Amino acid sequence: MSDTPQPLTAAERAARNARSPWLTAPEPLAIELSRAGRRGLPLPALDVPEADPVSEGLARSRAPHWPEMSESEVVRHFTRLSTRNHHVDKNLYPLGSCTMKYNPKVNEVMARLPGLVDLHPLQHDTGVQGALALMWELERLLAAISGFAAVSLQPAAGAQGELTGLMTIRACHEAAGEGESRKRVLLPDSAHGTNPASVTLNGWVTEEIASGSDGLIDLEALRDGLGSDVACLMITNPNTLGLFESSIETVCELVHEAGGLVYMDGANLNALMGIVQPGRIGVDVMHFNLHKTFSTPHGGGGPGAGPIGVTERLEPFLPVPRIEREASTEAPDGWAYRTVWDRPQSIGKVQGFFGNFGVLVRAYTYIRALGPEGLADATRGAVINANYLLSRVGDAYHLPHPGPCMHEFVLSGCDQKSACGVNTTDIAKRLLDFGFHAPTVYFPLIVPEALMTEPTETETRETLDEFAEALLQIAREAKEDPDLVHEAPHTTPVRRPDEARAAKHPDLRWRA
Amino acid sequence: MKYTPSGPGEYAELLQAIGVERFEDLLEGVPEKLRLEGALDLPGGMSEPEVRAVVEKLAARNRNRSQSVCFAGAGAYDHFVPAAIDTIVSRSEFTTAYTPYQSEVSQGTLQVIYEFQSLVAELMGLEVANASLYDGAHAVAEAVLLAHAVRGVDRALVSAGLHPHARRVLDTYAAGLGLEIVTVPLGADGRTDAAALTELLAEPASAVVFAHPTFSGCLEDPARLTGIVHDTGAGKPPLVIGSVYPLSLGLLAPPGEWGADVAVAEGQSLGLPLSFGGPYLGLFACRSEYLRRLPGRLIGRTLDRDGRESFVLTMQTREQHIRRAKATSNICTNQGLCATWGTVYMSLLGPEGLREVAEQCHARAHYLAGLLTAVPGVELTWPDTPFFNEFTLNLPVDPGELLARLDGVGFLGGVDPHRFEPTIPGDLIVAVTEQRTRAEMDAFARAFEEAVTGGFKP
Repeated sequence: MSDTPQPLTAAERAARNARSPWLTAPEPLAIELSRAGRRGLPLPALDVPEADPVSEGLARSRAPHWPEMSESEVVRHFTRLSTRNHHVDKNLYPLGSCTMKYNPKVNEVMARLPGLVDLHPLQHDTGVQGALALMWELERLLAAISGFAAVSLQPAAGAQGELTGLMTIRACHEAAGEGESRKRVLLPDSAHGTNPASVTLNGWVTEEIASGSDGLIDLEALRDGLGSDVACLMITNPNTLGLFESSIETVCELVHEAGGLVYMDGANLNALMGIVQPGRIGVDVMHFNLHKTFSTPHGGGGPGAGPIGVTERLEPFLPVPRIEREASTEAPDGWAYRTVWDRPQSIGKVQGFFGNFGVLVRAYTYIRALGPEGLADATRGAVINANYLLSRVGDAYHLPHPGPCMHEFVLSGCDQKSACGVNTTDIAKRLLDFGFHAPTVYFPLIVPEALMTEPTETETRETLDEFAEALLQIAREAKEDPDLVHEAPHTTPVRRPDEARAAKHPDLRWRA
Repeated sequence: MKYTPSGPGEYAELLQAIGVERFEDLLEGVPEKLRLEGALDLPGGMSEPEVRAVVEKLAARNRNRSQSVCFAGAGAYDHFVPAAIDTIVSRSEFTTAYTPYQSEVSQGTLQVIYEFQSLVAELMGLEVANASLYDGAHAVAEAVLLAHAVRGVDRALVSAGLHPHARRVLDTYAAGLGLEIVTVPLGADGRTDAAALTELLAEPASAVVFAHPTFSGCLEDPARLTGIVHDTGAGKPPLVIGSVYPLSLGLLAPPGEWGADVAVAEGQSLGLPLSFGGPYLGLFACRSEYLRRLPGRLIGRTLDRDGRESFVLTMQTREQHIRRAKATSNICTNQGLCATWGTVYMSLLGPEGLREVAEQCHARAHYLAGLLTAVPGVELTWPDTPFFNEFTLNLPVDPGELLARLDGVGFLGGVDPHRFEPTIPGDLIVAVTEQRTRAEMDAFARAFEEAVTGGFKP
């Protein structure tokens, strides 16, 4: 028990905070560090004549209230702030459906090559053959992994990929003269929140179908929901309970028979590489999260990338520009690449230029490094790690849907809540004291007190054991010393910021 | 290559601990007939040095900035990127964290974004800014959706001076909701035609969108346009949405000063590399009365249990993970690291630096415009309309051929507007940043003159 974090009393904590700048010293706002006249970015002197000033009506009257800081102060400020973050390079970050795997460092170096990062998006195609080739190849790599006929790399994030995919479905129905009649979208009640939000943004309405008691889509409920007004079904597979939708083939057949299409949320593709190709089992369109499955860093909330894969039938509707190539004796690899805008059935554009290119470079590097064996190994490791962790903790918490699971599983803190008055927030906050990030909490909505846990393939057995021990200890603490859990976290720089106050009295910026 | 730490022997031990014999036993939920037979049809994996060689070879097939001096703009600009930024944004603490769901262990990201919101709100002269959107074009679309939600009219007016890509993204987003997007034409001075705008305002609209500067570089009279919109007839006037160039706001009045309701921008100029068009940074600011309709993440300052200042994701009832189908937008992940990028840049710059960058862009562009218009047959498309750092020229030659010739001698000479729409006036859009030295501009002007007078007619 020697490594058990010992709770401090409030007085002890205050005393420690006062003399321990290492862990808990607050960092002032940049504006509070400002001193008049300091500059962090001197420019070369102006070596051309000054221009006539802009007319008075156009000129700015008051400078923005921005900090004045030297470069060294800026670097220190942000470096100190950085130490207040948990991150994957430090320890496990088991957010379910977020696939917080290790981000290989070579990807970062490649994304910073001058030949890739210093390219203007409006250079002529002849000057960006390598960039176009990289994107052309990445489309084919993603297609080969997923079994789809074509891929668009343009969507900037998973949610935008969803919206783009739904737009291609709408365009397809419109082309068939059914645009006005098909506006209803079915989705399971376990779906990610972005799914219904994307449906609304596409001008359609959502109808939830209740999951069966086994956590899977209920075929009877699906049959009841289908009709000639259904545009599509959105399904996540494996679903957000970490279970493979084993009737997926029948599901797709039923939807297709009713004239609808099938959208698959690919957030959980990390469970399927080398095992199942969604494009070959009846799915019509799916988005990829390159920042999840293909290990591009999450960046504190983006940038991600949400390419979509589609069947041949949906290919004409993909966003422009498309990238094509033709044989060329002059090109080093025998191919000349070009952007193609003349696609009359395209839905249009969803991003200003080509998509989050820098993210695409990282994903390309990752896929090329891993190859088919490496990707299959990643999925194998993800599924084994999740099941191992589940086997260690499944007895201490309620498990609504027994394993085996795929790449993630969902525990419920409902026993702790009813028996000890300790809820899932308490458990999550207590985990922070052990140096771990918490799982995704209170999602999926169909599991009360949910703890959705995805360890990923890049964790060692030792780390999984430490995390399991933490969860087991917290389960014991909930019984023996519930206040300890209630009061958690005890060791973080701040403790349970008041969210209600933040929402009620919005303080969203500094002021002069 | 693989990045999994467990060896084959360890997998066997883990499987044993789980209580199964083979990996396949864990896949009982996956019907056999759906499973892939054999391996994925992909090129074989590689070691790190091998994969570097592959990617480096692709990079070598591009002409990058060190090989050509950049006078191209039209939505992406070659501003100076200070080394300190990459030092900060390369830190694992920022790069490998995610959306700050557990605020206690995410105070770094949360405070950075709070500072970002503060810097952007101050830059725009508006009350609130969000935690960023995907890019400038996406920000335009979300702004029109906000206006639609606020005003409830299925019609928006958009100046022809808006970037054609932003317009295209807006059209794509608007199609699903059945919004009618009506173009307000430009007048003979390259600015939004005020008379046409007044006429179009006779019918109700949710929003009026214009860009300042326009896509072609012209400075609008934004206060006048805003006044026209806000003085419109009976009922509630449309929201004025201004799309701006962030660095121009060191010189130019920000949207808040002209009375705009919403300001949006492509934030790439705030220290982000060109990166072939992304990832970029959508800026979004508005009046506080629209706060509850704001799209995307927001960070708020509050107090923790012990009374310490702290930061949290806030007003989440607007968002998809709470509100689902009724959310104000579908955004989840945004551009967190790009916002960090912009935050460090703006902090380095400070108010004086912002003013100086803007003045230098302005002065250098006017110097170059003077040189290029001295070439016979070359003139400004709108000689009497002010511009910031980008201007459009009429040429006596074919712009595509001119650009190819300039490319051959080491210049990215600008952007041909006709590649977007054949109807956009002028032949070449030229952008100048604070990075372009007098020597570079003099050399460019010589090459430009030679190419133009070299005599190739359209």
